[in-house]
Amino acid sequence: MMIATLPERLLQLTQADPERVCLRFRYADRPEMAQTRYGLMAAILSAAGQLAAAGAARGDLVVIVQQDMRTLVATFFGAAWLGAIPSILPFATEKLDPARYRASMVALLELARPAILATDLLVERGVRALLPGGHKNLPVVATVKPECDGKVDLASISPPGLDPDDIALLQHSSGTTGLQKGVALSHRAIFEQLDAYGQAIGFTADDVIVSWLPLYHDMGLIAGFLMPLLNGACLVMMSPFDWVRTPQMLMHAISDHRGTLCWLPNFAFNFCAQKIRDRDLEGVDLSSIRAIINCSEPVYEASHHMFAERFRPYGVGLDKLAVCYAMAETVFGVSQTPIGLPARIDLVDRASLRGDNIARPVAGGASGVERLVSTGKPIAGMQVCIMDANHRLLPDRHVGEIAVRSPYMLTEYYHRPDATAAAFHEGWYLTGDMGYLADQEVFVLGRKKDLLIVGGRNIYPQDLEALASTVKGVHPGRVAAFGIPNPETGTEDVGLVAEVDSESKAAWQDIRAEIRRAISRGSDVTVRHIWLVPRGWLIKTSSGKVARLANREKILSEYSGISPAMPGLPSPHYEG
Amino acid sequence: MAENSLRAKLRDYLTREVLRDPSYPLGDDDPLISSGLIDSFSLVDVALWVEDNLGVRIDNSELNADTFDTLSELAAYIADRQK
Repeated sequence: MMIATLPERLLQLTQADPERVCLRFRYADRPEMAQTRYGLMAAILSAAGQLAAAGAARGDLVVIVQQDMRTLVATFFGAAWLGAIPSILPFATEKLDPARYRASMVALLELARPAILATDLLVERGVRALLPGGHKNLPVVATVKPECDGKVDLASISPPGLDPDDIALLQHSSGTTGLQKGVALSHRAIFEQLDAYGQAIGFTADDVIVSWLPLYHDMGLIAGFLMPLLNGACLVMMSPFDWVRTPQMLMHAISDHRGTLCWLPNFAFNFCAQKIRDRDLEGVDLSSIRAIINCSEPVYEASHHMFAERFRPYGVGLDKLAVCYAMAETVFGVSQTPIGLPARIDLVDRASLRGDNIARPVAGGASGVERLVSTGKPIAGMQVCIMDANHRLLPDRHVGEIAVRSPYMLTEYYHRPDATAAAFHEGWYLTGDMGYLADQEVFVLGRKKDLLIVGGRNIYPQDLEALASTVKGVHPGRVAAFGIPNPETGTEDVGLVAEVDSESKAAWQDIRAEIRRAISRGSDVTVRHIWLVPRGWLIKTSSGKVARLANREKILSEYSGISPAMPGLPSPHYEG
Repeated sequence: MAENSLRAKLRDYLTREVLRDPSYPLGDDDPLISSGLIDSFSLVDVALWVEDNLGVRIDNSELNADTFDTLSELAAYIADRQK
């Protein structure tokens, strides 16, 4: 594939077939809206004009906080059209604590220094109210309006003269910590990834992608957005806020438009299987699906079985459920299971896996067997190896840190040369994920660091601990937050242990309620289990830090039975 | 069903199944959705439970803080539909 820039590719596609529908916006409460390539280009040029009027220029960071999907799409590409660097952030929901939001904005303003904050008519007021007033790096706020009435003469437009090695976009994880590490990706890296990943799944312009994924997340932004639009395919798009209340929307969208590909985090397989009623699936036909791809959080075999059992009558069995291992730092995909086959399951000896960190194959039916789901072979151009703690290469079936190298890596963590340097070892990007290789297939076991993945989103435990530490009665810094795998929901529950002084039952009840409130309002997650413990209970590392996974094991062994919903808890054999 | 016993049933369900903390002091007028106490992933569960146990169907488009945000409001909404 010839390396282009995002604007060049979009213009090429539009000039080639302006009347082809490339986007269908689905809503829970109003009719679908279709957009042709021509319509999209007109909207992009309008948004680019509005951003330029606000002062956006090549190389500027444009942070986008918008709710309206059409405006969001136009603003993202409008910024790219100017050679500016778009970065989509989630908009603040009403539950969010304004002080907390301002604090994370300050972190972003000081480090990334956005020139423009692009918002829309729906969230403009809220966004303005949440900006840290008086800050010296305050960006210009531009409210982008969905105007695209002006006629566009396609023949006379020429794409801006950008370099494929320019930074095309930034991706952030959520929370205060995530906002301090923007993954910067070049046009070249994006196209190289789309090419390699496209080969792995046999992607063509005839594919129809259906997605509810948020665009501030790599799976939503790359697989569920850039992949179809930069390859000339059609994208059927809905908002995560609509989908989470009306999950059957996804099935209807697939059915109505003969959808072929869909990416979902593991929890969504459980969610769809458990929460859609038969009456909401009347007339639905999912037989057009080539693959529904499980990606971005640990894959549970049981989730695939649950989904296949529920949706086989509608046309999706196990053979259509695939798995992908992906990360923002490689743009998206690292490995992918073959389309059209059930993901391979590796049966390994549990004792050996936990005791020796070796995944020894065993026969089915034997006792003490761990069933691990493959994430497939590395995609074209991707090299994967497994390293021990001293960065020595490990042989097949030995568990260690997964390291990757490819022609489509991040350019840098934006304005963070320290973090960029720390992430690599002799050209290999250290993923922080633990896993092993077997027959060239990548098996991912969990995180080396204490990161939580809840519903596909990365959540930093230190952010949750800081929130809990603000509650009166909790010893600041004497808190441990961690994930507890829950097979019922297909994702992790958030658990938290906090040291308190008081021994009064009533005070404990209030402290628990306050911690719950502080985390609900200050983060993207809800805490499920809160344990209060006396002073001195928490295990600390030799350097005096609270050891999260050790405390998780301690609390679960002391209070086993407090929560019935946690069988099959993996051991912490990858504690780093 | 009297609103009192309705509220008691809802409180029991919400603290036990949604918050998973039966001892949580959930007040009649505590904001549930706008405060994030009920996260968006649990909203569909609430609707399914209400339909199965109280016979009232809450449309997906009504699953937001404008329709109900507190236990009192949810109970009133259900009582009204049960008439």
